[in-house]
Amino acid sequence: MTPTAVDDALTRALREEWARVVASLARRFHDLDTAEDAAAEAFAVAVERWPHDGVPVNPGAWLTTTATRKAIDRIRREARREEKYEEAIRLRDDDPAPPRGAVEDDRLRLIFTCCHPALSPEARIGLTLRLVGGLTVAEIARAFLVQEATMGQRLTRAKAKIKAAAIPYRVPAEADLPARIDGVLTVLFLVFNEGYLASGPSSDPVRADLTGEAIRLARLVRDLCPTGETTGLLALMLLTEARRPARVSATGELVTLAEQDRGAWDRDLIAEGHALVRGTIADVAAGGPPPGRYQLLAAVNAVHTYAREAGETDWAQIATLYDRLVRVDPSPVVALNRAVALAEVDGPEVALAVVDALPLESYHAFHATRAELLRRLGRGAQARAAYDRAIALSGNAAETAYLARRRVQLGR
Amino acid sequence: MPQYLLSVYGPAERTPYGAYATKEAMLEAFADTGAFNDQLVADGYFVYANGLAEASTASVVDGQGDEPVVTDGPYLEAKEHLGGFWVIEAPDLDVALRLAAQGSKACRGKVEVRPFQTADGFQEHLEG
Repeated sequence: MTPTAVDDALTRALREEWARVVASLARRFHDLDTAEDAAAEAFAVAVERWPHDGVPVNPGAWLTTTATRKAIDRIRREARREEKYEEAIRLRDDDPAPPRGAVEDDRLRLIFTCCHPALSPEARIGLTLRLVGGLTVAEIARAFLVQEATMGQRLTRAKAKIKAAAIPYRVPAEADLPARIDGVLTVLFLVFNEGYLASGPSSDPVRADLTGEAIRLARLVRDLCPTGETTGLLALMLLTEARRPARVSATGELVTLAEQDRGAWDRDLIAEGHALVRGTIADVAAGGPPPGRYQLLAAVNAVHTYAREAGETDWAQIATLYDRLVRVDPSPVVALNRAVALAEVDGPEVALAVVDALPLESYHAFHATRAELLRRLGRGAQARAAYDRAIALSGNAAETAYLARRRVQLGR
Repeated sequence: MPQYLLSVYGPAERTPYGAYATKEAMLEAFADTGAFNDQLVADGYFVYANGLAEASTASVVDGQGDEPVVTDGPYLEAKEHLGGFWVIEAPDLDVALRLAAQGSKACRGKVEVRPFQTADGFQEHLEG
Protein backbone atom coordinates (compact mmCIF):
# COMPACT_ATOMS: atom_id res chain seq x y z
CA MET A 1 0.00 0.00 0.00
CA THR A 2 1.37 3.43 -0.94
CA PRO A 3 2.02 6.03 1.76
CA THR A 4 -0.70 8.24 0.22
CA ALA A 5 -3.23 5.42 0.40
CA VAL A 6 -2.41 4.89 4.08
CA ASP A 7 -2.71 8.63 4.72
CA ASP A 8 -6.09 8.66 2.99
CA ALA A 9 -7.24 5.69 5.05
CA LEU A 10 -6.14 7.45 8.27
CA THR A 11 -7.89 10.69 7.32
CA ARG A 12 -11.03 8.79 6.35
CA ALA A 13 -10.95 6.77 9.57
CA LEU A 14 -10.62 9.94 11.63
CA ARG A 15 -13.59 11.52 9.84
CA GLU A 16 -15.81 8.46 9.79
CA GLU A 17 -14.91 6.53 12.93
CA TRP A 18 -13.80 9.04 15.58
CA ALA A 19 -17.30 9.84 16.89
CA ARG A 20 -18.27 6.16 16.87
CA VAL A 21 -15.17 5.16 18.86
CA VAL A 22 -15.57 7.96 21.43
CA ALA A 23 -19.30 7.29 21.75
CA SER A 24 -19.03 3.54 22.28
CA LEU A 25 -16.27 4.00 24.86
CA ALA A 26 -18.25 6.69 26.65
CA ARG A 27 -21.18 4.29 26.99
CA ARG A 28 -19.03 1.46 28.23
CA PHE A 29 -16.81 3.38 30.67
CA HIS A 30 -19.26 6.11 31.70
CA ASP A 31 -16.56 8.74 31.40
CA LEU A 32 -15.90 11.20 28.57
CA ASP A 33 -12.25 11.84 29.53
CA THR A 34 -11.42 8.15 29.38
CA ALA A 35 -13.26 7.83 26.07
CA GLU A 36 -11.56 10.86 24.51
CA ASP A 37 -8.04 9.96 25.68
CA ALA A 38 -8.34 6.31 24.69
CA ALA A 39 -9.71 7.23 21.24
CA ALA A 40 -6.85 9.68 20.72
CA GLU A 41 -4.34 7.00 21.77
CA ALA A 42 -5.87 4.46 19.39
CA PHE A 43 -5.61 6.89 16.47
CA ALA A 44 -1.98 7.59 17.44
CA VAL A 45 -1.27 3.84 17.35
CA ALA A 46 -2.92 3.66 13.91
CA VAL A 47 -0.68 6.46 12.62
CA GLU A 48 2.33 4.49 13.84
CA ARG A 49 1.30 0.99 12.78
CA TRP A 50 -0.82 1.18 9.64
CA PRO A 51 2.08 2.31 7.40
CA HIS A 52 3.96 -0.91 8.37
CA ASP A 53 1.18 -3.41 9.09
CA GLY A 54 -1.23 -2.19 6.42
CA VAL A 55 -4.71 -0.75 6.90
CA PRO A 56 -6.97 -3.23 8.74
CA VAL A 57 -9.92 -4.72 6.83
CA ASN A 58 -12.35 -3.05 9.21
CA PRO A 59 -10.64 0.15 10.46
CA GLY A 60 -13.57 1.09 12.73
CA ALA A 61 -13.54 -2.23 14.58
CA TRP A 62 -9.74 -2.12 14.85
CA LEU A 63 -9.84 1.40 16.34
CA THR A 64 -12.63 0.54 18.79
CA THR A 65 -10.82 -2.60 19.97
CA THR A 66 -7.51 -0.75 20.34
CA ALA A 67 -9.15 2.16 22.15
CA THR A 68 -11.03 -0.20 24.48
CA ARG A 69 -7.73 -1.91 25.39
CA LYS A 70 -6.13 1.47 26.06
CA ALA A 71 -9.03 2.47 28.29
CA ILE A 72 -8.88 -0.80 30.24
CA ASP A 73 -5.11 -0.44 30.69
CA ARG A 74 -5.62 3.03 32.02
CA ILE A 75 -8.38 2.06 34.43
CA ARG A 76 -6.35 -0.95 35.68
CA ARG A 77 -3.39 1.31 36.34
CA GLU A 78 -5.57 3.70 38.28
CA ALA A 79 -7.38 0.91 40.10
CA ARG A 80 -4.06 -0.54 41.26
CA ARG A 81 -2.88 2.84 42.42
CA GLU A 82 -6.09 3.73 44.22
CA GLU A 83 -7.24 0.26 45.07
CA LYS A 84 -10.52 1.07 43.44
CA TYR A 85 -11.61 -2.48 42.90
CA GLU A 86 -15.19 -1.72 42.04
CA GLU A 87 -14.13 0.00 38.85
CA ALA A 88 -11.92 -2.90 37.91
CA ILE A 89 -14.88 -5.18 38.45
CA ARG A 90 -16.85 -3.19 35.89
CA LEU A 91 -14.27 -4.19 33.28
CA ARG A 92 -15.39 -7.79 33.45
CA ASP A 93 -19.00 -6.76 32.96
CA ASP A 94 -19.18 -6.95 29.20
CA ASP A 95 -21.79 -4.29 28.74
CA PRO A 96 -23.50 -5.41 25.52
CA ALA A 97 -23.97 -2.76 22.83
CA PRO A 98 -27.58 -1.54 22.72
CA PRO A 99 -29.66 -2.34 19.60
CA ARG A 100 -28.47 -0.38 16.57
CA GLY A 101 -31.68 1.52 15.80
CA ALA A 102 -31.20 5.10 14.61
CA VAL A 103 -32.25 6.63 17.92
CA GLU A 104 -30.11 4.19 19.92
CA ASP A 105 -26.92 5.10 18.10
CA ASP A 106 -24.19 5.90 20.62
CA ARG A 107 -23.16 8.93 18.60
CA LEU A 108 -26.56 10.49 19.10
CA ARG A 109 -26.23 10.12 22.88
CA LEU A 110 -22.82 11.75 22.62
CA ILE A 111 -24.20 14.70 20.62
CA PHE A 112 -27.02 15.26 23.11
CA THR A 113 -24.59 15.17 26.01
CA CYS A 114 -22.22 17.66 24.32
CA CYS A 115 -25.12 20.02 23.51
CA HIS A 116 -26.79 19.79 26.93
CA PRO A 117 -28.55 23.06 27.86
CA ALA A 118 -26.85 23.12 31.29
CA LEU A 119 -23.49 23.76 29.55
CA SER A 120 -22.46 27.20 28.30
CA PRO A 121 -22.92 27.76 24.54
CA GLU A 122 -19.12 28.03 24.09
CA ALA A 123 -18.60 24.74 25.89
CA ARG A 124 -21.30 23.03 23.80
CA ILE A 125 -19.60 24.13 20.59
CA GLY A 126 -16.14 23.11 21.80
CA LEU A 127 -17.22 19.71 23.11
CA THR A 128 -19.17 18.92 19.95
CA LEU A 129 -16.22 19.77 17.70
CA ARG A 130 -13.79 17.78 19.90
CA LEU A 131 -15.77 14.69 20.87
CA VAL A 132 -18.08 14.32 17.86
CA GLY A 133 -16.08 16.13 15.18
CA GLY A 134 -12.65 14.86 16.20
CA LEU A 135 -10.98 18.28 15.84
CA THR A 136 -7.97 18.79 18.10
CA VAL A 137 -8.12 21.31 20.92
CA ALA A 138 -5.56 23.39 19.00
CA GLU A 139 -7.77 23.43 15.90
CA ILE A 140 -10.85 24.47 17.86
CA ALA A 141 -8.89 27.18 19.67
CA ARG A 142 -7.66 28.55 16.33
CA ALA A 143 -11.18 28.50 14.90
CA PHE A 144 -12.51 30.61 17.77
CA LEU A 145 -9.45 32.83 18.14
CA VAL A 146 -8.62 31.85 21.71
CA GLN A 147 -5.44 30.44 23.23
CA GLU A 148 -5.14 26.67 23.14
CA ALA A 149 -4.78 26.60 26.94
CA THR A 150 -7.99 28.62 27.31
CA MET A 151 -9.92 26.25 25.06
CA GLY A 152 -8.40 23.26 26.86
CA GLN A 153 -9.56 24.63 30.21
CA ARG A 154 -13.03 25.33 28.86
CA LEU A 155 -13.39 21.73 27.69
CA THR A 156 -11.95 20.32 30.91
CA ARG A 157 -14.38 22.37 32.99
CA ALA A 158 -17.31 21.27 30.84
CA LYS A 159 -16.36 17.59 31.14
CA ALA A 160 -15.95 18.02 34.92
CA LYS A 161 -19.46 19.49 35.10
CA ILE A 162 -20.90 16.63 33.03
CA LYS A 163 -19.37 14.21 35.51
CA ALA A 164 -20.07 16.05 38.77
CA ALA A 165 -23.62 17.10 37.91
CA ALA A 166 -24.41 13.72 36.30
CA ILE A 167 -25.47 15.09 32.93
CA PRO A 168 -26.92 11.93 31.41
CA TYR A 169 -25.47 10.11 28.43
CA ARG A 170 -28.64 9.29 26.53
CA VAL A 171 -31.18 10.41 24.00
CA PRO A 172 -33.67 12.67 25.83
CA ALA A 173 -37.21 11.60 26.68
CA GLU A 174 -39.81 11.99 23.92
CA ALA A 175 -41.32 15.08 25.56
CA ASP A 176 -37.97 16.91 25.68
CA LEU A 177 -36.77 15.75 22.28
CA PRO A 178 -37.91 18.64 20.02
CA ALA A 179 -36.38 21.29 22.30
CA ARG A 180 -33.16 19.29 22.72
CA ILE A 181 -32.80 18.67 18.97
CA ASP A 182 -33.29 22.37 18.46
CA GLY A 183 -30.42 22.96 20.89
CA VAL A 184 -28.18 20.63 18.86
CA LEU A 185 -29.11 22.40 15.61
CA THR A 186 -28.32 25.77 17.22
CA VAL A 187 -24.79 24.57 18.02
CA LEU A 188 -24.23 23.34 14.45
CA PHE A 189 -25.65 26.56 13.00
CA LEU A 190 -23.34 28.65 15.20
CA VAL A 191 -20.33 26.66 13.98
CA PHE A 192 -21.45 27.13 10.38
CA ASN A 193 -22.07 30.85 10.77
CA GLU A 194 -18.72 31.41 12.43
CA GLY A 195 -17.21 29.80 9.34
CA TYR A 196 -19.36 31.70 6.87
CA LEU A 197 -18.85 35.14 8.35
CA ALA A 198 -15.74 34.69 10.42
CA SER A 199 -15.14 37.35 13.07
CA GLY A 200 -11.81 38.97 13.76
CA PRO A 201 -9.85 41.26 11.46
CA SER A 202 -6.93 38.84 11.16
CA SER A 203 -8.83 35.68 10.28
CA ASP A 204 -9.88 34.61 6.78
CA PRO A 205 -13.27 36.11 5.92
CA VAL A 206 -14.70 32.67 5.15
CA ARG A 207 -13.50 29.61 7.04
CA ALA A 208 -14.15 26.60 4.83
CA ASP A 209 -12.85 24.25 7.52
CA LEU A 210 -15.64 25.33 9.88
CA THR A 211 -18.44 25.40 7.30
CA GLY A 212 -17.30 21.97 6.06
CA GLU A 213 -17.23 20.55 9.58
CA ALA A 214 -20.68 21.97 10.36
CA ILE A 215 -22.08 20.36 7.20
CA ARG A 216 -20.49 17.02 8.06
CA LEU A 217 -22.01 17.11 11.56
CA ALA A 218 -25.39 18.24 10.18
CA ARG A 219 -25.37 15.23 7.83
CA LEU A 220 -24.63 12.96 10.77
CA VAL A 221 -27.40 14.44 12.93
CA ARG A 222 -29.86 14.19 10.04
CA ASP A 223 -28.92 10.54 9.43
CA LEU A 224 -29.48 9.76 13.09
CA CYS A 225 -32.52 11.94 13.60
CA PRO A 226 -34.26 12.74 10.30
CA THR A 227 -36.77 15.44 11.25
CA GLY A 228 -38.01 18.31 9.06
CA GLU A 229 -35.79 20.76 10.90
CA THR A 230 -32.60 18.67 10.77
CA THR A 231 -33.20 18.32 7.02
CA GLY A 232 -33.94 22.04 6.79
CA LEU A 233 -30.69 22.97 8.53
CA LEU A 234 -28.63 20.71 6.26
CA ALA A 235 -30.33 22.18 3.17
CA LEU A 236 -29.77 25.72 4.46
CA MET A 237 -26.06 25.01 5.00
CA LEU A 238 -25.63 23.38 1.56
CA LEU A 239 -27.38 26.22 -0.29
CA THR A 240 -25.29 28.79 1.58
CA GLU A 241 -22.03 26.88 1.15
CA ALA A 242 -22.76 26.54 -2.59
CA ARG A 243 -22.30 30.32 -2.94
CA ARG A 244 -19.00 30.41 -1.06
CA PRO A 245 -16.78 30.45 -4.21
CA ALA A 246 -18.48 33.70 -5.32
CA ARG A 247 -18.73 35.33 -1.93
CA VAL A 248 -15.34 37.04 -1.60
CA SER A 249 -13.76 38.90 -4.52
CA ALA A 250 -10.14 38.55 -5.68
CA THR A 251 -9.38 41.74 -3.72
CA GLY A 252 -10.81 40.28 -0.51
CA GLU A 253 -14.09 42.12 -0.55
CA LEU A 254 -17.47 40.66 0.35
CA VAL A 255 -19.63 40.28 -2.77
CA THR A 256 -23.38 40.69 -2.19
CA LEU A 257 -25.85 38.14 -3.49
CA ALA A 258 -26.99 40.52 -6.23
CA GLU A 259 -23.44 41.02 -7.52
CA GLN A 260 -22.17 37.45 -7.24
CA ASP A 261 -21.01 35.50 -10.30
CA ARG A 262 -23.68 32.82 -10.29
CA GLY A 263 -21.61 30.69 -12.66
CA ALA A 264 -19.16 30.16 -9.79
CA TRP A 265 -21.80 28.63 -7.52
CA ASP A 266 -21.45 24.94 -6.73
CA ARG A 267 -24.21 23.29 -8.79
CA ASP A 268 -23.94 19.90 -7.02
CA LEU A 269 -24.50 21.42 -3.59
CA ILE A 270 -27.40 23.47 -4.96
CA ALA A 271 -29.02 20.40 -6.53
CA GLU A 272 -28.66 18.48 -3.25
CA GLY A 273 -30.06 21.41 -1.25
CA HIS A 274 -33.01 21.85 -3.60
CA ALA A 275 -33.85 18.14 -3.40
CA LEU A 276 -33.85 18.35 0.42
CA VAL A 277 -36.08 21.45 0.39
CA ARG A 278 -38.52 19.73 -2.03
CA GLY A 279 -38.60 16.76 0.35
CA THR A 280 -39.47 18.89 3.40
CA ILE A 281 -42.17 20.78 1.47
CA ALA A 282 -43.70 17.46 0.38
CA ASP A 283 -43.63 16.20 3.99
CA VAL A 284 -45.41 19.32 5.23
CA ALA A 285 -47.97 19.03 2.39
CA ALA A 286 -48.55 15.40 3.38
CA GLY A 287 -49.69 16.53 6.83
CA GLY A 288 -46.36 16.73 8.67
CA PRO A 289 -45.65 19.38 11.31
CA PRO A 290 -45.49 23.01 10.06
CA PRO A 291 -42.01 24.12 8.93
CA GLY A 292 -39.71 25.62 11.55
CA ARG A 293 -37.08 28.31 11.08
CA TYR A 294 -34.46 26.17 9.35
CA GLN A 295 -36.90 24.83 6.78
CA LEU A 296 -38.14 28.36 6.07
CA LEU A 297 -34.61 29.76 5.80
CA ALA A 298 -33.66 26.87 3.51
CA ALA A 299 -36.68 27.69 1.34
CA VAL A 300 -35.58 31.35 1.14
CA ASN A 301 -32.15 30.20 0.00
CA ALA A 302 -33.72 27.81 -2.49
CA VAL A 303 -35.59 30.73 -4.07
CA HIS A 304 -32.34 32.72 -4.30
CA THR A 305 -30.45 29.84 -5.87
CA TYR A 306 -33.22 29.03 -8.38
CA ALA A 307 -32.77 32.47 -9.99
CA ARG A 308 -30.24 32.31 -12.83
CA GLU A 309 -29.56 36.00 -12.40
CA ALA A 310 -30.30 38.39 -9.54
CA GLY A 311 -33.04 40.17 -11.54
CA GLU A 312 -35.04 36.94 -11.80
CA THR A 313 -35.31 36.51 -8.01
CA ASP A 314 -38.87 35.87 -6.86
CA TRP A 315 -38.86 38.46 -4.08
CA ALA A 316 -42.61 38.17 -3.44
CA GLN A 317 -42.11 34.53 -2.53
CA ILE A 318 -39.17 35.41 -0.29
CA ALA A 319 -41.26 38.07 1.45
CA THR A 320 -44.03 35.50 2.02
CA LEU A 321 -41.53 33.05 3.51
CA TYR A 322 -40.23 35.77 5.83
CA ASP A 323 -43.80 36.58 6.91
CA ARG A 324 -44.10 32.96 8.03
CA LEU A 325 -40.65 33.04 9.63
CA VAL A 326 -41.57 36.12 11.68
CA ARG A 327 -44.46 34.11 13.15
CA VAL A 328 -42.11 31.24 14.12
CA ASP A 329 -39.27 33.49 15.30
CA PRO A 330 -40.42 37.06 16.07
CA SER A 331 -36.89 38.36 16.67
CA PRO A 332 -35.74 41.77 15.34
CA VAL A 333 -32.98 40.13 13.26
CA VAL A 334 -35.58 38.13 11.33
CA ALA A 335 -37.66 41.31 10.93
CA LEU A 336 -34.56 43.04 9.50
CA ASN A 337 -34.11 40.31 6.88
CA ARG A 338 -37.81 40.46 6.06
CA ALA A 339 -37.42 44.21 5.47
CA VAL A 340 -34.72 43.52 2.84
CA ALA A 341 -37.25 41.44 0.87
CA LEU A 342 -39.90 44.10 1.48
CA ALA A 343 -37.65 46.72 -0.14
CA GLU A 344 -37.70 44.69 -3.37
CA VAL A 345 -41.47 44.16 -3.29
CA ASP A 346 -42.86 47.43 -1.84
CA GLY A 347 -39.89 49.77 -2.28
CA PRO A 348 -37.13 51.16 -0.03
CA GLU A 349 -39.35 53.72 1.72
CA VAL A 350 -41.67 51.07 3.18
CA ALA A 351 -38.68 48.92 4.15
CA LEU A 352 -36.85 51.82 5.83
CA ALA A 353 -39.87 52.58 8.02
CA VAL A 354 -39.83 48.94 9.21
CA VAL A 355 -36.05 48.92 9.76
CA ASP A 356 -36.02 52.19 11.70
CA ALA A 357 -38.43 50.74 14.26
CA LEU A 358 -36.12 47.81 15.11
CA PRO A 359 -34.09 47.80 18.36
CA LEU A 360 -30.81 46.76 16.69
CA GLU A 361 -28.63 49.82 17.30
CA SER A 362 -25.53 47.73 18.03
CA TYR A 363 -25.90 45.26 15.12
CA HIS A 364 -23.71 45.96 12.07
CA ALA A 365 -26.22 44.50 9.59
CA PHE A 366 -28.90 46.91 10.83
CA HIS A 367 -26.74 49.90 9.84
CA ALA A 368 -25.60 48.27 6.59
CA THR A 369 -29.23 47.65 5.60
CA ARG A 370 -30.25 51.20 6.52
CA ALA A 371 -27.30 52.56 4.54
CA GLU A 372 -28.36 50.70 1.38
CA LEU A 373 -31.98 51.80 1.73
CA LEU A 374 -30.99 55.44 2.36
CA ARG A 375 -28.69 55.31 -0.68
CA ARG A 376 -31.56 54.10 -2.85
CA LEU A 377 -33.73 56.91 -1.52
CA GLY A 378 -31.03 59.43 -2.48
CA ARG A 379 -30.41 60.48 1.14
CA GLY A 380 -26.62 60.56 0.79
CA ALA A 381 -25.59 62.21 4.07
CA GLN A 382 -27.67 59.84 6.17
CA ALA A 383 -26.47 56.87 4.13
CA ARG A 384 -22.81 57.86 4.76
CA ALA A 385 -23.44 58.07 8.51
CA ALA A 386 -25.09 54.65 8.45
CA TYR A 387 -22.13 53.13 6.52
CA ASP A 388 -19.79 54.59 9.14
CA ARG A 389 -21.73 52.92 11.94
CA ALA A 390 -21.81 49.61 10.04
CA ILE A 391 -18.05 49.72 9.38
CA ALA A 392 -17.35 50.51 13.03
CA LEU A 393 -19.42 47.53 14.21
CA SER A 394 -18.49 44.89 11.61
CA GLY A 395 -15.90 42.32 12.73
CA ASN A 396 -15.37 40.73 9.31
CA ALA A 397 -12.53 42.03 7.13
CA ALA A 398 -14.23 41.31 3.77
CA GLU A 399 -17.44 42.96 4.89
CA THR A 400 -15.61 46.05 6.12
CA ALA A 401 -13.85 46.34 2.74
CA TYR A 402 -17.18 46.10 0.90
CA LEU A 403 -18.89 48.67 3.11
CA ALA A 404 -15.95 51.06 2.80
CA ARG A 405 -16.15 50.91 -1.01
CA ARG A 406 -19.90 51.54 -0.98
CA ARG A 407 -19.33 54.48 1.35
CA VAL A 408 -16.68 55.96 -0.99
CA GLN A 409 -19.00 55.58 -3.99
CA LEU A 410 -21.40 57.99 -2.31
CA GLY A 411 -18.73 60.72 -2.42
CA ARG A 412 -18.44 63.39 0.20
CA MET B 1 -27.50 8.20 43.32
CA PRO B 2 -26.36 11.83 42.99
CA GLN B 3 -27.71 14.40 45.41
CA TYR B 4 -28.40 18.01 44.44
CA LEU B 5 -28.87 21.21 46.40
CA LEU B 6 -31.73 23.27 44.96
CA SER B 7 -31.32 26.82 46.31
CA VAL B 8 -33.99 29.48 46.03
CA TYR B 9 -32.89 33.07 45.90
CA GLY B 10 -35.16 35.96 46.87
CA PRO B 11 -35.00 39.71 47.55
CA ALA B 12 -32.95 40.86 50.56
CA GLU B 13 -35.69 43.34 51.40
CA ARG B 14 -38.68 41.38 52.59
CA THR B 15 -42.30 42.49 52.94
CA PRO B 16 -44.45 41.48 55.94
CA TYR B 17 -45.19 38.43 53.77
CA GLY B 18 -41.59 37.38 53.33
CA ALA B 19 -40.54 37.31 49.69
CA TYR B 20 -44.15 37.82 48.54
CA ALA B 21 -46.04 41.03 47.82
CA THR B 22 -49.35 40.08 49.45
CA LYS B 23 -50.70 37.64 51.96
CA GLU B 24 -52.69 35.87 49.24
CA ALA B 25 -49.58 35.45 47.09
CA MET B 26 -47.69 34.06 50.08
CA LEU B 27 -50.40 31.57 50.99
CA GLU B 28 -50.71 30.40 47.39
CA ALA B 29 -46.96 29.87 47.10
CA PHE B 30 -46.88 28.01 50.43
CA ALA B 31 -49.71 25.74 49.30
CA ASP B 32 -48.03 25.01 45.95
CA THR B 33 -44.64 24.42 47.59
CA GLY B 34 -46.23 22.10 50.15
CA ALA B 35 -47.84 20.09 47.37
CA PHE B 36 -44.53 19.96 45.51
CA ASN B 37 -42.75 18.72 48.66
CA ASP B 38 -45.36 15.99 49.14
CA GLN B 39 -44.80 14.87 45.56
CA LEU B 40 -41.01 14.78 46.09
CA VAL B 41 -41.53 12.53 49.11
CA ALA B 42 -44.01 10.29 47.27
CA ASP B 43 -41.62 9.89 44.31
CA GLY B 44 -38.61 9.16 46.52
CA TYR B 45 -36.57 12.27 45.59
CA PHE B 46 -36.90 14.14 48.89
CA VAL B 47 -33.96 14.31 51.29
CA TYR B 48 -34.57 17.58 53.14
CA ALA B 49 -36.10 21.02 52.59
CA ASN B 50 -36.53 24.21 54.58
CA GLY B 51 -36.88 27.97 54.36
CA LEU B 52 -34.51 30.47 55.97
CA ALA B 53 -35.18 33.52 58.12
CA GLU B 54 -34.25 36.75 56.38
CA ALA B 55 -30.61 37.41 55.53
CA SER B 56 -30.25 40.30 58.03
CA THR B 57 -30.62 37.75 60.87
CA ALA B 58 -27.41 36.00 59.80
CA SER B 59 -24.04 36.24 61.57
CA VAL B 60 -20.62 35.40 60.20
CA VAL B 61 -18.01 33.74 62.40
CA ASP B 62 -14.29 33.46 61.59
CA GLY B 63 -12.77 30.91 63.93
CA GLN B 64 -9.41 30.64 62.21
CA GLY B 65 -7.59 32.99 64.57
CA ASP B 66 -6.95 32.68 68.29
CA GLU B 67 -10.33 34.15 69.17
CA PRO B 68 -13.42 33.74 66.98
CA VAL B 69 -14.49 36.99 65.26
CA VAL B 70 -18.24 37.47 64.89
CA THR B 71 -19.79 39.99 62.48
CA ASP B 72 -23.40 40.87 61.97
CA GLY B 73 -25.17 40.19 58.67
CA PRO B 74 -24.82 37.71 55.81
CA TYR B 75 -21.46 36.63 54.33
CA LEU B 76 -22.02 38.64 51.14
CA GLU B 77 -23.99 41.86 50.87
CA ALA B 78 -26.32 41.41 47.90
CA LYS B 79 -29.70 42.42 46.56
CA GLU B 80 -30.76 38.77 46.57
CA HIS B 81 -30.08 36.09 49.15
CA LEU B 82 -30.61 32.41 49.73
CA GLY B 83 -34.17 32.13 51.02
CA GLY B 84 -34.66 28.38 51.21
CA PHE B 85 -33.49 25.09 49.73
CA TRP B 86 -34.18 21.50 48.95
CA VAL B 87 -31.78 18.58 49.05
CA ILE B 88 -32.92 15.96 46.56
CA GLU B 89 -31.66 12.65 45.29
CA ALA B 90 -32.11 12.10 41.54
CA PRO B 91 -30.67 9.70 38.96
CA ASP B 92 -29.22 12.47 36.77
CA LEU B 93 -29.20 16.19 36.01
CA ASP B 94 -32.14 16.00 33.59
CA VAL B 95 -34.38 14.76 36.42
CA ALA B 96 -32.92 17.34 38.85
CA LEU B 97 -33.57 20.16 36.36
CA ARG B 98 -37.14 19.01 35.77
CA LEU B 99 -37.81 18.95 39.54
CA ALA B 100 -36.11 22.34 39.96
CA ALA B 101 -38.44 23.81 37.32
CA GLN B 102 -41.45 22.50 39.22
CA GLY B 103 -40.06 23.82 42.52
CA SER B 104 -39.35 27.20 40.94
CA LYS B 105 -42.93 27.47 39.71
CA ALA B 106 -44.30 26.40 43.11
CA CYS B 107 -42.28 28.82 45.26
CA ARG B 108 -42.13 31.67 42.68
CA GLY B 109 -38.36 32.01 42.61
CA LYS B 110 -35.32 31.13 40.55
CA VAL B 111 -33.64 27.91 41.62
CA GLU B 112 -29.93 27.07 41.45
CA VAL B 113 -29.16 23.38 40.93
CA ARG B 114 -25.82 22.22 42.28
CA PRO B 115 -24.55 18.69 42.74
CA PHE B 116 -23.07 17.59 46.04
CA GLN B 117 -19.50 16.41 45.95
CA THR B 118 -19.15 12.67 45.56
CA ALA B 119 -16.51 10.26 46.91
CA ASP B 120 -15.08 10.02 43.35
CA GLY B 121 -14.84 13.79 43.00
CA PHE B 122 -13.16 14.04 46.41
CA GLN B 123 -10.62 11.41 45.38
CA GLU B 124 -9.76 13.44 42.27
CA HIS B 125 -9.17 16.54 44.41
CA LEU B 126 -6.75 14.59 46.59
CA GLU B 127 -4.81 13.51 43.53
CA GLY B 128 -4.74 17.08 42.27
